[in-house]
Amino acid sequence: MSLPHWSYAAMLAFCLAGTLPLVPAFRLRVLRQPRRLLLAIVTAGLPFLAWDLYATHVGHWRFDAGQTLPWRVAGLPLEEIAFFVVIPFVSILTLEGVRAARRGRGPGAFRRTSGRDQQGSR
Amino acid sequence: MTYTVLAAVGVVVALVLDRWVVRTRLTTTRDWWLSYAIIVFFQLLTNGWLTGRGIVQYDPDAILGSDRIVLVGDGRLLYAPVEDLAFGFALVLATCVAWTWYGPRSVDERDDLGEVDA
Repeated sequence: MSLPHWSYAAMLAFCLAGTLPLVPAFRLRVLRQPRRLLLAIVTAGLPFLAWDLYATHVGHWRFDAGQTLPWRVAGLPLEEIAFFVVIPFVSILTLEGVRAARRGRGPGAFRRTSGRDQQGSR
Repeated sequence: MTYTVLAAVGVVVALVLDRWVVRTRLTTTRDWWLSYAIIVFFQLLTNGWLTGRGIVQYDPDAILGSDRIVLVGDGRLLYAPVEDLAFGFALVLATCVAWTWYGPRSVDERDDLGEVDA
């Protein structure tokens, strides 16, 4: 395998490299909810993966063998299947990052204590 | 059906899910539109990489443009068919709807996850 074969995989790595740091920066709890994360990715990703399989098989689009890794699943490069995991995942991280930032939980911000915490109800 | 038709259907389905079926109503919130604005910027970059280099190639009969890979014009934006924007919008919205739908429903649960400021 030569370097060009990693062209598509590199794009997925770029997406993850850009969003994973949001987890520590905004103390996101996305990774602590693996069941919810998996359900969301499967629920949204599967219909689009089915669309992708259909589109590839009827020839709406095709993949360059010289710029993808050699492994194929149902005619799709492995990266194309990973796309439907990576893109939903980074979308969720972005949404939660924005939600946290807009609620003042940015990098270096103190975790706000809720009123009920102070009353010792938990 | 062409990619153009399917992409338009995808957008409508995602919007109908959000507004009227699942009723997560993300598309009424600033949080979601701001997130989408960030995501679509990076989509243009990464998709430009995939389509500009010809990693993914399109059948001219399935899209608005032709098989010419141009920066802008001929139904393309940063090398990618404009249909990809609709595909991306539908995928990202559907994902965020599902994530929100499977999330905590009560204020107490959300607070436990640090998702509200009480």
